[in-house]
Amino acid sequence: MSKYYVNKFLFTVDRDPDYLRRYTEDPRNFVATWEQSIGPRLNDAEMSTVHSFTEAEREALINHDYVALFEMGAHFFLNLTIFIGIYDEIFMTKSGPLAFQKEFALKLQSWKGKDYPSVAT
Amino acid sequence: MAQLVATLASTHHPFYLKATTLPPEQQMPQAAEWKRKVEAYRETLARTKPDVLVMIGSDHFHQIFLDNCPQFLIGKAPRYDAIFYNEEREFGIPKYVLEGDEAMSGFMHQHLMDQNFDFAFSNELKIDHSIICPIITVRPQNDLPVVPIYTNIFAPPLASPRRFYNLGRAIRKAIDAYPSEKRVAAIGTGHLSLELGGPRQFMETGPDPEFDHRAIEWLRNGDIDAILDNVDHASMAKSGNATHGFLNFILMLGVAGPEGADYVDNLDLFHTMEAYFTWYPKESAA
Ligand SMILES: [Fe+2]
Repeated sequence: MSKYYVNKFLFTVDRDPDYLRRYTEDPRNFVATWEQSIGPRLNDAEMSTVHSFTEAEREALINHDYVALFEMGAHFFLNLTIFIGIYDEIFMTKSGPLAFQKEFALKLQSWKGKDYPSVAT
Repeated sequence: MAQLVATLASTHHPFYLKATTLPPEQQMPQAAEWKRKVEAYRETLARTKPDVLVMIGSDHFHQIFLDNCPQFLIGKAPRYDAIFYNEEREFGIPKYVLEGDEAMSGFMHQHLMDQNFDFAFSNELKIDHSIICPIITVRPQNDLPVVPIYTNIFAPPLASPRRFYNLGRAIRKAIDAYPSEKRVAAIGTGHLSLELGGPRQFMETGPDPEFDHRAIEWLRNGDIDAILDNVDHASMAKSGNATHGFLNFILMLGVAGPEGADYVDNLDLFHTMEAYFTWYPKESAA
């Protein structure tokens, strides 16, 4: 398991308009590309050999499955922000302001009153 | 010596600008009241005629990430670009450039090190909405140099509430010791109870209105003992998964000292309680 690497995915994609568009349009292909050539980058010259996704992490990212990501302990801020970037407008047009954010909360209702999965890395 | 002329501690709400600048017919019902309260709060800073702002905020994974994550960081640069692409996208906040004050940053960095706060530093810091939100609310003309300070309220393990308070005390001492005739205002933002990316996000109120009311009373009274008796990392998590932003309020009370606030206001907004505090120094810190 690599919470750090899942967070690195969310962090690097959310901050880059081109990555975000590709992750929105074709998540399966983009996650594969990210694992090959974006995730391992430390800087322009150096590659890291340290981290990789588990099958469950990869599937959660491919499926835009923010519930699974929450349950794995992905950082709440990154997990929310990127999917607002992808879904906010679509939901807003259909159901009004904050519709996506409210659905996100609804899908996590079973965690209410419990200790959430730790986001410590 | 420099003179601290005001300490401001408030929540920061990245949607303030958008909410109050939409065409009036599209604005939320509370927009006018929100704007009125913010403009009244702005006046508590303006009347002190500051020359420089020491600004305390927390990067939200914009410049800082988990590969290199400082607990406390001070910016030391001639100027600071601000607002990242994803903040523009989500909140509609435009780009800013803030003037820096390298001499004061350098002095404060050394003084804080001498007080056993081993700060990380950055000579090329792009700042995010945690510092731009208060520029928008309390100094929209953006005409003053800043010394930016970042705290980690996001990536566990976090420093303790007492450590945040003591850091505020140390920042106050560093300001008081700065050999300059400048009038300094300290401005910090954080949160009361807040949930992001969890089951209690975006409800009609904040996730823990009872905490919000107690917190406002503690700050109004400058009651650091009550805060330290009642608030720890676990209790903040119970009040909402992003409630740790309250640590910055504790820090700001440290800057002001354990005294009652001179100005207190709040506004119950969708999904958060907004709160605005100003302290004017009665005497210089011991
Ligand atoms: Fe924020």
